[in-house]
Amino acid sequence: MKILVCISHVPDTTSKINFTDNNTQFDTNGVQFVINPNDEFGLTRAMWFKEKQGAIVDVINVGGAETEPTLRKALAIGADNAIRVNTPATDGFQVAKQLANVAKEGEYDLIIAGRESIDYNGGMVPGMLAALLKANFVNTCIGLEIEGTEAKAVREIDGGKESVTAKLPLVIGGQKGLVEESDLRIPNMRGIMMARKKPLNVVEPVDVTAQTEVEKFEKPAPKGAVKLVESDNLDELIELLHNEAKVI
Amino acid sequence: MSVLAYIESEEGKFKKASLEVASYAKEVAQMLGTTVTGVTFNAEDVSELGTYGVDKVLKINNSKLKDFNAEAYADALKQAADKEDSKVVVVSQSADSKYLAPLLAVHLNAGYASNVVSIPESASPFVVKRTAFTNKAFNFTKISTDIKVVGVSKNAFGLKEVEGAATAEDFSPNLSEEDFSVNVTNVDKAKDKVTIADAEIVVSGGRGLKGPENWGMIEDLAETLGAATACSKPVSDMGWRPHSEHVGQTGKPVASNLYIAIGISGAIQHLAGINSSKVKVVINNDPEAPFFKAADYGVVGDAFEIVPKLNEKLKEFKAKNA
Repeated sequence: MKILVCISHVPDTTSKINFTDNNTQFDTNGVQFVINPNDEFGLTRAMWFKEKQGAIVDVINVGGAETEPTLRKALAIGADNAIRVNTPATDGFQVAKQLANVAKEGEYDLIIAGRESIDYNGGMVPGMLAALLKANFVNTCIGLEIEGTEAKAVREIDGGKESVTAKLPLVIGGQKGLVEESDLRIPNMRGIMMARKKPLNVVEPVDVTAQTEVEKFEKPAPKGAVKLVESDNLDELIELLHNEAKVI
Repeated sequence: MSVLAYIESEEGKFKKASLEVASYAKEVAQMLGTTVTGVTFNAEDVSELGTYGVDKVLKINNSKLKDFNAEAYADALKQAADKEDSKVVVVSQSADSKYLAPLLAVHLNAGYASNVVSIPESASPFVVKRTAFTNKAFNFTKISTDIKVVGVSKNAFGLKEVEGAATAEDFSPNLSEEDFSVNVTNVDKAKDKVTIADAEIVVSGGRGLKGPENWGMIEDLAETLGAATACSKPVSDMGWRPHSEHVGQTGKPVASNLYIAIGISGAIQHLAGINSSKVKVVINNDPEAPFFKAADYGVVGDAFEIVPKLNEKLKEFKAKNA
């Protein structure tokens, strides 16, 4: 089985979000970049398929050379090969097109991408990639087993979950639940050393026009101070929620 | 040219998020000088939709579409959009809508913007405001394709009632074998519980509650308020509560009217996930907890004393205001 895990290079979850150039660019100053958490759950599940079922795991990113440390980290976690499509990621469709081009040639049985990146939160790439490849697609996937050419997956739905079956090739929109938080792996020294020797292939992009474009960013309006209520005066809280906030 | 609205229903009842989709579609239709066509799946009575701005309903009745199926639903919506010559398709941001929207966008050669929080800034160019960086920021996204798919966040635009009635016609899309290649084998859904996705009020507990055995008071409070229960990440990681209750950056997003955080300190990842909630209340014994900076109302004190007392007082309040 050949697995491709799509890795988005995103600001660490604790990052302060600021913008430059008149609010048109994300300010990367002082920001630590990591593997998108939703992708990391997928990568960790892929490692399970590698170890238990002998799968080959490739990782891929669409982006400039600055994303290579993130791909090396994925290799240090245990992926076999890395691919970087050498073009900035501009929108979900452009990224999906670039990924589809590489995925077609690689004849992957399973492609795992996070349900969304934690920076743009587009939630576009896995679905668009599946549609472009005409592959089956399961989003918000919280459980995945594969036997032969048949996948059994669990999808998180609003208020519950749903079990599905589908034939490979399959694209997964992954998230926490594919593996547990405690299953995530911190690369060890041996992994890091080995990652340096693993192939990281840089491929040139295909010609794609983005469909969407961010014109500018805006930060939420600063929040007013909290209204504190004494713990022996909860009637006041109820009064405020009823008459002022009008939410009960 | 009609604006197409995907109207989700459950057992024939329209979800509030879908009525918000209808209201949003109406607003866009007015900007574009056109009408709204709603698409329903296996819904009998669609008269309610006129009240929220739908002019015409395409009713799809097909027993094969009883369970949601992203590919088949996306194909059906694509055919509806073709029939109506729609340039804008509006969907909600439910799990199902988020699943089908990117498929639909590719089938329509449409650009897609998710998590949209207000009506388009302008129709030409078509620019929408959406959340990004998990609610830590907004961005203004221009969609440059001829057809646009817009995913409207819950509780952002709201409901807008209008004078009007919708006409209805049956619509039978041509579905292929391939549309059903992902097969649903089992649906496991709590029937009598309010879901985090649909809830107007969410009551959420954190590590400050010390253990799963103390969740009774959270559930009681939620029941009094008709609220959904949720929890912070450490609580789900420790297995005190199921993952499906985890809200925050890597968990579920919350966009309720009221979010009550009990014993949750307010890590940046947690706050990001719940930031779209309109009103936030924090109950915590540590006045330095970061949640107090993000909340609208706060009580400093022992949750084990405050929560049961608050519950009793709310019951009295509910009885009086019933």
